Amino acid sequence: MSETPSYIGFEAYTEHIPASIPSAVQQATSRFVGGRAARVAELPQFEQLRQIGSEIRLHTLQNLDVYLTRLEAAVQAAGGQVHWASSAEDARQIVLKIASEHNVRRVVKSKSMATEEIELNQALQAAGIEAIETDLGEYIIQLAGTGPSHIIVPAVHLKKEEIASLFREKLQIDAPADPAELARIAREILREKFLSADMGISGGNFLVAETGTLVMVTNEGNGRMCTTMPDLHVAVVGIDKVIPDWESLTVFLKLLARSATGQKLSTYTQFITGPRREEGEFGPKEFHLVLLDNGRSNILKDPVGRDVLKCIRCGACANVCPVYKNVGGFAYGSFISGPIGAILTPQMLGTPVARELPYASTLCGACADVCPVKIPIPTILRHLRHRVAEGDPASAPTMPAPIRAVAGLASLALAWNWVYRLGTRLLPLLMSIFKRDGWLPWAPYPLSRWTQGRPLPPFTAGFRQWWKARPVKKKGEQQ
Amino acid sequence: MPKAQLFITCLGDQFYTATLQNMTRILEDLGVELIFPHEQTCCGQPLFNNGFDDQTRGVALNFMRAFGKSDAPIVGPSGSCVSMIKHHYEELFAPGTPEHALAVDIASRTFEFTEYLVHVLQVTNVGAAYPHKVTYHASCHYLRELGMKTEAKTLLMQVDGLELVPLQDEETCCGFGGAFTVTYPEVSRAMMENKVKNILATGADTVVMCEPGCLMNVAGGLRKAGAKVRASHMIDVLASKKP
Repeated sequence: MSETPSYIGFEAYTEHIPASIPSAVQQATSRFVGGRAARVAELPQFEQLRQIGSEIRLHTLQNLDVYLTRLEAAVQAAGGQVHWASSAEDARQIVLKIASEHNVRRVVKSKSMATEEIELNQALQAAGIEAIETDLGEYIIQLAGTGPSHIIVPAVHLKKEEIASLFREKLQIDAPADPAELARIAREILREKFLSADMGISGGNFLVAETGTLVMVTNEGNGRMCTTMPDLHVAVVGIDKVIPDWESLTVFLKLLARSATGQKLSTYTQFITGPRREEGEFGPKEFHLVLLDNGRSNILKDPVGRDVLKCIRCGACANVCPVYKNVGGFAYGSFISGPIGAILTPQMLGTPVARELPYASTLCGACADVCPVKIPIPTILRHLRHRVAEGDPASAPTMPAPIRAVAGLASLALAWNWVYRLGTRLLPLLMSIFKRDGWLPWAPYPLSRWTQGRPLPPFTAGFRQWWKARPVKKKGEQQ
Repeated sequence: MPKAQLFITCLGDQFYTATLQNMTRILEDLGVELIFPHEQTCCGQPLFNNGFDDQTRGVALNFMRAFGKSDAPIVGPSGSCVSMIKHHYEELFAPGTPEHALAVDIASRTFEFTEYLVHVLQVTNVGAAYPHKVTYHASCHYLRELGMKTEAKTLLMQVDGLELVPLQDEETCCGFGGAFTVTYPEVSRAMMENKVKNILATGADTVVMCEPGCLMNVAGGLRKAGAKVRASHMIDVLASKKP
């Protein structure tokens, strides 16, 4: 895992992408896309569910204070403890304090984007606490020392051969490139950790306000182990994860697994309401909920950008994104990648840090088509591009001045049509010196960045003269 | 006699003279009286999509003045440019201003070429003949912003002698994305190469699309790959006649 970056160089990264990444990513995401399509096809009301899901999320965000207060009271009534963290640092300190109060030496973690966001593992390790990721994908990237490259498949960029060689190197054991065998090795190592851990840390997919219930949607069973075996369970969850009630939850449970992995339901769906009530019951003695803001309430102030907080972290947008599929998750420079990362990171870290990300899209719109809560991703990308290019109430422009100057000149040339028409006559003449065999294999910068990939068709610009010279002039024509 | 204003788009203007001539012929053969406002330049999408909303306003005003002189429908050979006018012009001007009213009016009568044929003129057979194996690439804004899911194929099916074969990942972006091609050239190229690979796998000798931008990208990619496949604008296929 990396420190919070001071600048995310998407372009610099894309100049040197290892060929294995797109190939591994495309293999995995194609499987999810196919699965999603099959599940959607068999559920006629899926479109209606998306609409309802979108409306519930928006309603909750617009009344976040109400639902968070309700949630806090319900968690406390169930015997849990609620902590408010306004920043990543606050959240880390809260978790460390709980750990130190209980003399925690070893932590088992289930997969959580919120703890990736606050880089909790480094903080625990710095405090002398062993933190072990127990989701197989997370376990792999923890061994590799990187962050996740996909929201739901953290190690999607690695092929089984690479994982086997990572196991051999880091665990000093003979690991074959066989997924079942690799999972068996990890399970054996992790079983021992589950049994000896002092604290379990999880994230959460949803928080049901009416009963104070933490909902976890997982596939490997490790989440259950983390939240039931140790006597202490700490959940770190973004404040955006709250939903009003169980009726709304049924909508999101129908949407989430179908959109994410193409399952009707994930293998495990856990509902955790407070700690165990009496001896003999399953579950930890103490349940702590850390509610993480870390910039979210600031994002809420922007009526266009705030829709990013509707996200339920299914990863469907990344699975269909042709840019993501060719660059992988690390290009996005943060814990969250793909189209949703391209609209969340610039709002969380600011456009001075992440000004390249809103441009990491062709605005093809495939993401918005599959988003289970109908986040208008292309609209927010354009909105953030405007923030970068011309500035808005949230930030001054951060695009380099020369590019802004070029845009200003282009604007004048296109608005003053005589300049454009003069250019239309001159360009074919200017460009004819580069013409070879009916094409332009090279053109001056910035078009050279086009021609490095494919030739440019020649400038012909003959229509205006042809129209003027036509023998038959039709009635109504303007000249 | 229906009237229409020709919107040639800046890419059409610069690169696709023959396609624009074909568009003129097809529409006139269908009895449409054409107007060509010569003050038109570009719709402003390249500026708008890159976040230069303020810089787009003057370009949009030039377009609206050029096409506002007549109240005839506006027809263009690009789903993307048409979507810019239909969906985004009114975002550029404050509601209640004359510019906003004009933007709303212009938006309501701007059509992409195949949209105009199928939905306004209600024509699906233009008497074209093109005896070739053809595959079709669905351009993003044409497909998703204008919602043209069936129009192109409906027109192609009516072309005499044309055999339409499916394209793997037909609805996946070709990597054009306007300035994206020069902002992130490596990514754009990788996307284009995926598209070219899928086109070659069909065995078609022609790939058709309704977007000058995609056409430049895909045609260049096919050329770079040394492929014999022809990338063609829909209009050029519809203008083909029996020899």
